[in-house]
Amino acid sequence: MPDPILKITGLEKSFGALKATSGVTLDLFPGEIHALIGPNGAGKSTLIKQIVGEIPQDAGTIAFEGQAIDHLDAADRARIGLARTFQVSQIAPELSALKNVMLAVEARQGRVFRFFRPVSRDLALTDAAMAFLYDAGLGERATMRAADLSHGERRQLEFAMALAMKPRVFLMDEPMAGLSPDGSKRMTAFLSDLRRTAPILLVEHDMEAVFALADRISVLVYGRVIATGTVAEIRANPDVRTAYLGDEAA
Amino acid sequence: MTATLLIEQLLNGLQFGTMLFLMAAGLTLVFGVMGLINLAHGSLYMVGAFAAATAAAATGNFLFALVAALAAAALAGALMEMLVLRRLYRRDHLDQVLATFALILIFSEGTRWVFGSFPLYLDVPKALAGTVRIGSLSYPAYRLAIIVIGVTTAIGLWALINRTRLGVQIRAGEADREMIAALGIDIARLYTIVFALGAALAGLAGALIGPIQSVQVGMGEPVLIMAFVVVVIGGIGSIKGALAGAILVGVTDTLGRFLLPVLLGTVMEPSAATAVGSALASMSIYILMALILVWRPTGLMGS
Amino acid sequence: MTRESLLNIAVLAGFLAVAIIASLSGQPYLVTLATKAVILGLAGVGLNLALGYGGLVSFGHAAFFGIGGYAAGILASAAQNYEPLMTWPMELAGTTSMPIIWATAVIAAGLIALPIGALSLRTGGVHFIMITLAFAQMIYYFAISWPAYGGEDGLSIYVRNSLGALDTMDPLTFFLIAFALLLLVLALTFMATRARFGLALAMARQNPLRLTSMGVRPFRVRLAAFVLSAMAVALAGALYADLNRFVSPSMLSWQISGELIVLVILGGVGRPLGPVIGAAIFVLLEAWLGHLTDYWQLPLGLVLLLVVLFARGGVIGLLTGRNANA
Repeated sequence: MPDPILKITGLEKSFGALKATSGVTLDLFPGEIHALIGPNGAGKSTLIKQIVGEIPQDAGTIAFEGQAIDHLDAADRARIGLARTFQVSQIAPELSALKNVMLAVEARQGRVFRFFRPVSRDLALTDAAMAFLYDAGLGERATMRAADLSHGERRQLEFAMALAMKPRVFLMDEPMAGLSPDGSKRMTAFLSDLRRTAPILLVEHDMEAVFALADRISVLVYGRVIATGTVAEIRANPDVRTAYLGDEAA
Repeated sequence: MTATLLIEQLLNGLQFGTMLFLMAAGLTLVFGVMGLINLAHGSLYMVGAFAAATAAAATGNFLFALVAALAAAALAGALMEMLVLRRLYRRDHLDQVLATFALILIFSEGTRWVFGSFPLYLDVPKALAGTVRIGSLSYPAYRLAIIVIGVTTAIGLWALINRTRLGVQIRAGEADREMIAALGIDIARLYTIVFALGAALAGLAGALIGPIQSVQVGMGEPVLIMAFVVVVIGGIGSIKGALAGAILVGVTDTLGRFLLPVLLGTVMEPSAATAVGSALASMSIYILMALILVWRPTGLMGS
Repeated sequence: MTRESLLNIAVLAGFLAVAIIASLSGQPYLVTLATKAVILGLAGVGLNLALGYGGLVSFGHAAFFGIGGYAAGILASAAQNYEPLMTWPMELAGTTSMPIIWATAVIAAGLIALPIGALSLRTGGVHFIMITLAFAQMIYYFAISWPAYGGEDGLSIYVRNSLGALDTMDPLTFFLIAFALLLLVLALTFMATRARFGLALAMARQNPLRLTSMGVRPFRVRLAAFVLSAMAVALAGALYADLNRFVSPSMLSWQISGELIVLVILGGVGRPLGPVIGAAIFVLLEAWLGHLTDYWQLPLGLVLLLVVLFARGGVIGLLTGRNANA
């Protein structure tokens, strides 16, 4: 077995008396989709925020490719290859879809402080961004203002930006949220292929999608990982059934 | 330099601090409850001062002048809130800044129109015209009275917020704007009351300062900006922070002006020391603010 | 070509036409008025980089306007009085050369904007407004209490500073100098907002969370915008001092900060030429209302209040029927 690309050990986070993350240990291997499921309020989003560096953990370590990254801030972690997609699409509404992605490309190149050459004449930049838009299925909408895109299209734009970062790891917070059944199906197919580009840590409520996609599943309840295993193992796990799947089935 | 002189300056700083508290409390209350930045708060201070000066000139009674100042400022504040500001709560800060800047222009020019450009003067009330002996120091009774009024107001405000129904509503408004609607509170009325309360505090400050400084158009904005410094230092939305910040700023400014030229005088020639010292002293509270920003960007009591 | 760019060209051509016609028909007062509008427009264009494109509501840009003014005043008065600018650590003489004055103004403002911006940008929103206002006030009080440069009385520039062999005392010549600088700064900001930096700045305003998650710290992008904006405003300040041949602490006052915001908003925030149009409206309103009444700020305040409450896209928004699209 190869080394994990992302390894989280003994992570702890409290907000006052509320324990949001409690001794979480978790890893992500190249080529896999590792789904993180759990009831609302289980601390899934809080966990993602700690991994990307938006909020600091109280204790524990996050390692990326064998190196602790606890001292890096969110921007640094993005630069070394952690790409995050948000539950609510985070875009610049007044910019075109293309410009949103162009910015992701220039950010990856680390060349943001250029003041003279207009981006619209920078063919290398536009071409690269267009390619990512097409990869995310949004090529036809390149010149539209992001604000005018539909919910599903914003989702696709979100993915085009993540792709443009050429990340080593994807961290996805509920990519299926708000999609139509048809949209979910397409997203499932898209993500299934995407794991070959980079492994995905996937927070998702849509169980159908999770069972279709995940190589492994971890179940988070009250900030604690109660089980990690394959789809079959998790389905069979009695603790999971009572703590979580039972509620869903009922 | 003697201890007496130092104590006198400390008291002056405290007196200045209580004035700043009266201004900053209203600002921070309005920001905490309504999320509004009000540049025209200095105009309410000016309204209070002019109302007091006019009432005192007409009646010769300082107490009556104080009541007039409170009433005029509260009324002006309530009108300001009902006619203009309530349209801005949902707007961004830029719109709030612009509209309240426009209100400054309107208030200042309107006051100049009515009262002219010459400053008015307010006499220290007779009962407080003398001095009070504190040890070897004889200190103006009026300034001491300002400190007492400021401290009393701070306690009153604390009681209002922590011990009354209105206070419960204000705290609910600070915590969660949707909650007060759910509690069945008339938000529009609450906002007007909170704003009028803040305005009355500013008006009180303006009236109290009248006998110490001259009453003139434009007197409010320098105090307003210092009150901003107080709010930034204390933490936005926190009355306790406003009190701590106000005293810190008042004492720093007063002692800085007094001590810096003296201290610099020990290392340079007197004229240079006075020049450099007074220039540095004029910057001292802003330097204090900068240091606190580095240390705690949300202020002493900010969340 | 869009209605907005047609309007932009018309505005710039209009400025030029007014100044030339006024000069030919012997109305130097009008030329000076146009020059004032151009200089305030230049300051507005600078502020707009932070305010409109960066979403940074700075209520302290008078500091940089004044620093530009004092750069002109200090250098010129030293040269005109044949006094050295400083004697330690090396002897430096003043100058009346406009390009050196401009460069000094721009660099000084940039150096002062850097720490002010870095501190103010540690916070955001309403904090940022109060802190920028406070730091500008600090510089205002410093200028008043520091006796070397005139204190409260300010400094006079006896003869307008020089640019090559041009007769800068000629109103039209000085107008053209200011106009040329306005065009230069307009072109530079136009480029910057359309370059890679402009994209990042737009994202920093519209969605800082996304910018961070792309690996770019919004702080740095905003700081760069703040500093560049301060530099442009300082250039305008240097010209303004030369226009009036006088600089005083009033150039540093909070009213100036407010007026600069007002003229950006009057024209329409986040539009390249909005501040220039706003400055023209502002200067005209000031001249017209000032002619009608001594209390001209009262109607100005009312107009401004109405614009804020009811015409949010600014005047360009009213004329072109659409909101700013950065």
